[in-house]
Amino acid sequence: MPYVPHSPEEVREMLDVIGVNSVDDLFAEIPAELRPKSFDLPKGCSEMAVLQKMEKLAARNTTDLTGFLGAGFYDHFIPTAVDALVSRSEFYTAYTPYQPEASQGTLQAIFEYQTAMARLMGLDYANASVYDGGTALYEATLMAVRKTKRRKIIVSEALNPIYRVMLDSYTNNLNLELVTVPHNNGRTNIKSITAAIDKDTAAVIVQNPNFFGSVNDFTDLFTTAHELKAVTIMSTYPVLQAVLKTPGQMGADIAVAEGQSIGQPLSFGGPYLGIMTCSKALVRQMPGRVAGRTEDGEGKTGYVLTLQAREQHIRRQKATSNICSNQALCALRTLIHLCLLGEEGLRRTALLSIERAHYAAEKLTSITGVELFTKGPFGNEFAITLPVNAFEIIDKLTERGIIPGFPLGRYYDGLQNGLLVACTEKTTEEQIGIFAEILRGAL
Amino acid sequence: MKTVFKKSVAGREGVWPEKPTSNIEDFIPAELLRESSGMPSLSELDVVRHFTKLSMKNYGVDSNFYPLGSCTMKYNPKFTEQVAALPGFARLHPVISQLKGAGRHCQGALEVIFETERLLSELCGMADFTMHPMAGAHGELTGVMIISAYHRDKGNKKTKVICPDSAHGTNPASASIAGYEVISVESHDGIITPEALAEVLDDEVAAVMMTCPNTLGLFEKNLPEIVKMIHEKDALLYYDGANMNAIMGKMRVGDAGFDVVHLNLHKTFATPHGGGGPGSGPVGVCEKLTPFLPVSRVKKLEDGQYYLSYDAPKSIGFVAPFYGNFGVYLKAYAYMLRLGREGLIRATENAVLSANYMRKRLEDYFEVPYNRTCMHEFVLSAVNQAKNGVRALDVAKALLDKGHHAPTIYFPLIVKECMMIEPTETESKETLDRFVDDMIEIAKLAEENPDFIKNAPVTLSVSRLDETKAARDMVITDDIN
Repeated sequence: MPYVPHSPEEVREMLDVIGVNSVDDLFAEIPAELRPKSFDLPKGCSEMAVLQKMEKLAARNTTDLTGFLGAGFYDHFIPTAVDALVSRSEFYTAYTPYQPEASQGTLQAIFEYQTAMARLMGLDYANASVYDGGTALYEATLMAVRKTKRRKIIVSEALNPIYRVMLDSYTNNLNLELVTVPHNNGRTNIKSITAAIDKDTAAVIVQNPNFFGSVNDFTDLFTTAHELKAVTIMSTYPVLQAVLKTPGQMGADIAVAEGQSIGQPLSFGGPYLGIMTCSKALVRQMPGRVAGRTEDGEGKTGYVLTLQAREQHIRRQKATSNICSNQALCALRTLIHLCLLGEEGLRRTALLSIERAHYAAEKLTSITGVELFTKGPFGNEFAITLPVNAFEIIDKLTERGIIPGFPLGRYYDGLQNGLLVACTEKTTEEQIGIFAEILRGAL
Repeated sequence: MKTVFKKSVAGREGVWPEKPTSNIEDFIPAELLRESSGMPSLSELDVVRHFTKLSMKNYGVDSNFYPLGSCTMKYNPKFTEQVAALPGFARLHPVISQLKGAGRHCQGALEVIFETERLLSELCGMADFTMHPMAGAHGELTGVMIISAYHRDKGNKKTKVICPDSAHGTNPASASIAGYEVISVESHDGIITPEALAEVLDDEVAAVMMTCPNTLGLFEKNLPEIVKMIHEKDALLYYDGANMNAIMGKMRVGDAGFDVVHLNLHKTFATPHGGGGPGSGPVGVCEKLTPFLPVSRVKKLEDGQYYLSYDAPKSIGFVAPFYGNFGVYLKAYAYMLRLGREGLIRATENAVLSANYMRKRLEDYFEVPYNRTCMHEFVLSAVNQAKNGVRALDVAKALLDKGHHAPTIYFPLIVKECMMIEPTETESKETLDRFVDDMIEIAKLAEENPDFIKNAPVTLSVSRLDETKAARDMVITDDIN
């Protein structure tokens, strides 16, 4: 039996020590009526056979299409040293660091990750991460509700719709009022959001760049929100945070993000990384694990999980969240990726991605009938409107080897002809040229 | 060891992409920009040295025995890492399947999801499974949300959830986050009795959350009667699958009457713990709860093609951005294929065998609160050692010096100076014997030289760390002094 080392002799020895005749005796307490009615699983097979089967399954997925898909999840280059380092078994086969003396590697890495996130977002504190960007947003919302004891949440419609539906689903059971402020032709409607804030508002949630790629400054909006004692929450794109004004600079109380773009393979939806950072005033409301620096008996610096009084294993039903896991290995990947890129490398990645996107926008909008929908400054992603239904164009172009982007009509009324196009530093001018040619031909 | 930030040298080149040809201000006005991002500047070797040295300060299953009760720290087969890294899986954008016509580009991935759900359904005797929850606690929350949707749909007014006093903290926390009042039921002689349950079970109870074996490693032998009592009140029964390793092939929770179950793939199905994640907590349901499962669902057409269905009007909605931690449950799927029917049964049998063997060898040296046949884990109490000032915490630290990770301590809360031991089926008899011998030595030292133990650990990169100071100082980033 794979992975079970006991020989028949050893089994016999152990049974003798226990004082029973057979392994079945150890299950005697399970009555007949609780035994399986069927247990129709396939026969086991060799490692070689499983690998062959999985390789066949993997081959039935197409990953060599030129992609311009973003929608919050981006194909950036992951330096090879990331995989090499997280493959060290002391990192990936380790448990949660509840015995800190035997887990200083994991704990110092979490501490460094928290530092990197706080710096990236321009805020005071970070936790050790939650499952993904959508969970981070939902947890941030609950932080605001607990802090203000209010029930109204103002959400920009230009926030990633994938997260808006998650927020909807999670808050269904709770007595909260979600107010969605419509976008204004792809722009975050700062005026309307400002007008919607009142003394019942727990939180205001915006995204930068927004789902359509447009970049804003929310400083004034956040100032107004604070005057009315609401909590300000911003969802961001970590790669672009290398160059964009930070949530902290704008006055965000909480900044969250999906960390997939730094260090995680796309991997059909997960595992990803929910980044959470907050101001000093909110740290005790923050869910999830947190690593802190301390000393041992000899004064040597060390790291431990701290502020555990917020967590489920101590507070149970009074915990700030039910969260137990953080995405430890994913956070480690993000940290290592950032360290390998460094200040300059991260900045170049952001700028190259933005450069390519602007080149693509120029090329695509030179096609008759294709208009730029995203107004004002944008980053590495932008929306265009086509003279025909975007879903059909995506289908046509995919046949020709190009995934041209995300169909906005999937989530936004009246935007059936809208296409969201993303570029990263991996996108070449040649690919963009071919994309434009094929699109021109298809229209 | 210095942090990466303290090691940073301005201008040092790391792994840089090519130099861009433009300036950022060509695209975005200066007032929307920031100055430096504060990321460290290190060479690739600097980074490799730093993290290699950090890793060397960790224990891991590959180097140390981890008898952590409730965690199932079994060996992580290496071939599953290769499976998850296959480019056909790793490079697949999750949105691709949602584009018209693009379903044909991810048939392999959709089949993985569909087949994993089939296998888990058969393993547990449930009607259907969702892979979306991204961790055990997330599975619990999803399960409770499904329960809540069921009651709302029926027009029931249910406000409470019952959890045993021995439950893992995530059970009451999840119920509370989902909007329920949590009521505790007391264990008697380690298990739930119908009498104790009857005291708290009323018409306002939406669900009872249990696990079997429970967190003491004991089989809940009153289960058949408990199931009847709960269903009579139109309440649902939730199974916390953390202890699944004890019952594969011996009991199917669906057959036993559980309505909702979550599994911890990073426990029973050998996906790596990663130092605290990522995990995967798929949720299984009985037939009447299938309409409430989160969207999307993978369906199979008659011609064998797979597609994503969003057509579920009673669904609780979206609990994940996409399909859960695909890269994690891919490994669990491969593991199940490898072990197959007999392999999974043998895993359970040997896990239970090893736990009972250790219990018997330790019973003369440590108090065993429920000293009868256990399942895959058992609890010890260090009460006798505590008389000499040696508590469970001290035993744990002394074990670290012996090269073992400590067992779970101070959980479940109902046993004083609790130590919960779960060997799993992948550890050799020599390892089990060595651990037991070390425990016996510690028990002797606790009598003869307690101070020696109270100083532990002394052989690691740090000695006992001051957790009180950490909470007081709250230095949680390198920029706080």
